[in-house]
Amino acid sequence: MNETDIKFLEDSFKKYYFNHFDLISSPQRTPEREFGYQKFNSGMFRHISLKDDKELHLLFMQNIPSDVYCSNAYYSFPNSPMSEKDWKEADLIFDIDAKDLDLSCRKNHTISICNECNEVSKDVNQCEKCNSTKLEKKSLPCKNCIDASKIEVNKLSNVLIDDLGIDKENIYVYFSGNEGFHVYVFNSQFQKIGSKERSELVDYIMFRGVIPETFGMKKFKPNRSLFPDFNQKGWNGRFSKQVFGSKSKRSKIISELLDNGYSSFQKLLDNVSENIGVKIDPNVTMDIHRIFRLPGSINSKSGLTKILCTDLTKFDPYTDACFLNDDSVEVLANCPIEFKLKNKKFGPYINEKISLPTYAAVYLICKKLAIIA
Amino acid sequence: MLVLGQDEKAKYPFLADAGEYLKDKGFSLVQFGSDPVLKLSVEKALHRIKVAAAGEVYKSDLIDGQASKDYVLEREVFSFLLAIVLIKLTGMSTLIKRFALAEARRAENYLEKDLGNASNKSKIDLATRIIYDLFNIEIIKENDFFVIPVSDYLKHSVTFHEREWKLINRHVENGKVFLTPDKTVRLIRKELGNYISSKIINAPKPSMIPGLENIVDELILISKKLTPTYTIITGEYPPCIKHAIDVLEKGENLPHSGRFMLATFLLSRGQTVQQIAPLFKNAPDYNPRVTFYQLNHLAGTSGSATKYTCPSCEKLKTQDLCFITKECDNIINPLQFGKKRKQ
Repeated sequence: MNETDIKFLEDSFKKYYFNHFDLISSPQRTPEREFGYQKFNSGMFRHISLKDDKELHLLFMQNIPSDVYCSNAYYSFPNSPMSEKDWKEADLIFDIDAKDLDLSCRKNHTISICNECNEVSKDVNQCEKCNSTKLEKKSLPCKNCIDASKIEVNKLSNVLIDDLGIDKENIYVYFSGNEGFHVYVFNSQFQKIGSKERSELVDYIMFRGVIPETFGMKKFKPNRSLFPDFNQKGWNGRFSKQVFGSKSKRSKIISELLDNGYSSFQKLLDNVSENIGVKIDPNVTMDIHRIFRLPGSINSKSGLTKILCTDLTKFDPYTDACFLNDDSVEVLANCPIEFKLKNKKFGPYINEKISLPTYAAVYLICKKLAIIA
Repeated sequence: MLVLGQDEKAKYPFLADAGEYLKDKGFSLVQFGSDPVLKLSVEKALHRIKVAAAGEVYKSDLIDGQASKDYVLEREVFSFLLAIVLIKLTGMSTLIKRFALAEARRAENYLEKDLGNASNKSKIDLATRIIYDLFNIEIIKENDFFVIPVSDYLKHSVTFHEREWKLINRHVENGKVFLTPDKTVRLIRKELGNYISSKIINAPKPSMIPGLENIVDELILISKKLTPTYTIITGEYPPCIKHAIDVLEKGENLPHSGRFMLATFLLSRGQTVQQIAPLFKNAPDYNPRVTFYQLNHLAGTSGSATKYTCPSCEKLKTQDLCFITKECDNIINPLQFGKKRKQ
């Protein structure tokens, strides 16, 4: 990224931070957390400890970071090297990202930027200009992406509450600032469990590693009375809804399943997993030393803010997470697809010089689809 | 502190204070080497170890968990304590492991019976107390099941390789896992084994008891035959690793979990970071700086100094990275591929 663009982004970010400290929530037990930040065109600074809000705000003002992170873990010595931090516990965090949902709309709003010649084109596997395969993909997620992610968030909440006994009040859903949601669980029985245990929890939530016996199918002498039913809690109930559809079909479908046998039941489970399993990023949840984007901070991949969603159904990231100002700025834009911010349509722009409000200019520059003119 | 009845001491001898028990009964260890009556207990101890070494569970003289006569009970406890003394005298860790496991399984049988004994609440209480006191797991009886918090279940079940122990294959409701008595007890087998082996390891090593030298020699011989040696017979890579290398060679994207598997596998096989890094050159998002950073991290040469190991086959299955073939031969980790156990 060139100097002028960086200067513009830093100025815009700084203005936002100065005016919106109220949105930047310093996490509970701040002194036990590890913080980290990045500046534009530079590496990660981490292993930072902060006492309180004041120090956090100072970090923002002194460094004008592009991204700010905070650990889900609590440590005795958060600013020591990893091996000496003395890990105490960690909040349980889930990442739901539209890019992991295999949505058919993706190809319509994914852009390929060639690493060799900078050519911008709609989603391709090879640069149309120089044939290079080294492409950077940028996505401008659409409403469908956000809606599909919301469905996964709701699926996740159900499993967390019904199966894992988590209080609704302890679940916080944040828009990640780019293509999905981060779901935080505080004060649960899982605070102190390690990475392996969290990985098991992930498999449970994603409905992975299921064996036929769990849903009543046995290798030898299978028995129809063992199959799950609609009124059962947890995966049994969800399985029934997905596989039997309605109560009247249950008996007939069980007969079919028994006829088809054990190995075909295993295949069925694998298919069912695609539908009823929650699509979370497993690596995020099992990492107990990770630092996560700080709520209230800007995501430099988009210029949108990571923000708490109090009403997920109504939440629209392109209005509710877009906080930068409307001051207009001239940019050279190359964005072959249309996008919407603050209820206004923009683009497509084919290598053209245009005047845009700051929030839209930042969005495009962050996506590497525009530069300051 | 648990107060044990006579029968409980026979069923769970590892809960008894060994030294105190002998003193209470007015015996010293030396007597076991010479006294012909006490020698019966020594023979029983020897039998107990041999059975354990063979991978079996020792069957005691208890009938329905009850000692019919006082001397039967005494011999039960003596033989356990003496077995520990004999194992200490051999100094063989293989015997400690096998004995602790077998004794854990024996206790497991009793715990299971006690838990499943719906008519006798005091037995259920004692069994749940033992599990709580020893392993800090609170088990609550709910109808025919025992329920434990999911987090406690996970702490103990993650070491199991069988799929049925995955949380997804359990009945989970409201933050609790529902288990039958046998699964409840099976869950703590390893801890029970660890508890018993730590008791043996921490017991002071006695000096040789005159009259028992031959028995100790016999046990050492048994133990030596047991120690397995692993020999590598082939340097071939397992199918999961071959697949990962194929994907990279084609310039296709290998997910993070696949890269983790490949790197940790090759590091464990003794390759260096410099040897491994070029493999990732074809990856669509290749960045040498990041690759070296991550490889050094996995190798433990930077960052936390933790060396990461290759994930288990079970884990890889759930990550869609397993491409099992006949040659895998029931291994549980790709690192075991091509190694043959020589007995």
